[in-house]
Amino acid sequence: MSITALPATAARERRITWSWLGILPFILFSLMFLLLPAANLIVGAFQDASGNFTLQNIVNLGQPSIIRSYTLSLQISAASALGGVLIGFALALATILGGLPRWVRPTLMTFSGVASQFAGVPLAFAFLATLGRTGLVTALLFSIFDINIYRGGFNLLSFWGLTITYLYFQIPLMVLVVSPALDGLKREWREAAAILGATGWQYWTMIALPILWPSLLGAFLLLFANAFGAIATAYALTGSSFNIVTILLYAQIRGDALHDPNLGYALALGMIVITGVSNGAYIWLASRSARWIR
Amino acid sequence: MKQSRFFPWIGFIFGAIYFLVPLIATFEFSLRMQRGTYSFKAYQVVLADPGFQASFSYSALIALLTIIVGIALVVPTAYLVQLKLPKLRPVVEFMTLLPLVVPAIVIVFGYLRMYNSSSWLPLTGSARSTDLLLVFAYVTLSLPYMYRSVDTALRTVDIRTLTEAAQSLGSSWPRILIQVILPNIRVGVLSGAFLTFAIVIGEFTIASLLNRPAFGPYMQLIGANRAYEPAALAVIAFAITWACMGLIQLVASFSPGQKR
Repeated sequence: MSITALPATAARERRITWSWLGILPFILFSLMFLLLPAANLIVGAFQDASGNFTLQNIVNLGQPSIIRSYTLSLQISAASALGGVLIGFALALATILGGLPRWVRPTLMTFSGVASQFAGVPLAFAFLATLGRTGLVTALLFSIFDINIYRGGFNLLSFWGLTITYLYFQIPLMVLVVSPALDGLKREWREAAAILGATGWQYWTMIALPILWPSLLGAFLLLFANAFGAIATAYALTGSSFNIVTILLYAQIRGDALHDPNLGYALALGMIVITGVSNGAYIWLASRSARWIR
Repeated sequence: MKQSRFFPWIGFIFGAIYFLVPLIATFEFSLRMQRGTYSFKAYQVVLADPGFQASFSYSALIALLTIIVGIALVVPTAYLVQLKLPKLRPVVEFMTLLPLVVPAIVIVFGYLRMYNSSSWLPLTGSARSTDLLLVFAYVTLSLPYMYRSVDTALRTVDIRTLTEAAQSLGSSWPRILIQVILPNIRVGVLSGAFLTFAIVIGEFTIASLLNRPAFGPYMQLIGANRAYEPAALAVIAFAITWACMGLIQLVASFSPGQKR
């Protein structure tokens, strides 16, 4: 087919070598600023202070304060991911399959693109102004309904407060991730089910959801890892006082809060393992759902 | 099939309220600096603060450098993978997805261990070389987005024909990339660039741990010490994110034949 098949093999070999040379910068870059730094930490997690091999750091991860911080991080990530998946799915369902006017969908998509990137320090400020002690919603709830949410036990600097805050970028991320899957549900499947006498409920539970579940579960894992690695919002909301694992690691990097550098590397290793498993499962599920949806 | 539109509307309205209320609340809060009246005092104070000006221009410059390095790294790689080395695609794609797997705080922890002042490559040794490390960290952070945008754009163009045409006219490789390929994928490159800018401009974790005077740590500092200025900063940050996303849609709509 191609005219370039004409030159001799030697010339082609030379071109292949040139191509390799062309992506060498990328490979070097990934090695130096991605793979080796991560590998360096993993090695450190298995060394003692004088560089000998040890498993003691991994064992030391079992101390109560570290277990507590991992648990809190896992809980917040799971809760915000679950909330994000359910609400985001409902929202995408309503906009894409709900028969709303045409302008609704692009509006939602644009807004989701912005809101899913609106994280970090400014997001903390926004929620302090909304649900903080002097926030607008807090004040409105008090003056209109006479409800003092802070006397009722609510605190923005808590599990629920952080989960609600994270939902602000988790829901739009879910909308962006799940929309292609919803687009992939073919009209014909619904029509075929209707012709065979299926109700709407039967169509959803027996056809649509079995097709969508890898996408939904995959989205959950993506959102979970997204929340697990986050720190800036929590740090700006609570200072260093809130005991999630990223804040603990931040304190460890800043000033050796654990009084054991190698334990810090083990802490980082634990995070890599958790986000790695979560993302690995996501990639596997995404390739599964790609069979149906294209 | 006639279906009720009641629940979809309820869902959409609920979503709109959830997204808009924090923005309205933040804006309202940012206007409350002067007692008893709404004013833009908090914005005046923030914009006049030398710390704001210095940290914002520092981060903008770092973002610009990140975009340049990112493009120089990603475009030739994605081009060669697509044209000459399709076997490497899974490997390269895996590497570009890794920054989503390894959290930013872990990556910068690795840098601090590997490039500390007593290591073989003491990048954290001086302020300028730490700036360089910060740029590289941000290139890593934005790699998944930049690569995806560029790769998608490359797929919509017949790069093989373009390359052969340019070669038969005697173009050199750098010239093919810069004058033939780059203009054809400018929408993807610009999308990646704006997204990178939105991610980098307010980034906190890496800048803070590398001790650089960036906009993210500045915002955090203001948040810990002031009442109304943080809300004004949040509105400004949201406007920047919004502008970047708007620009992405704008460049996409201006390009004939390339739909996103």
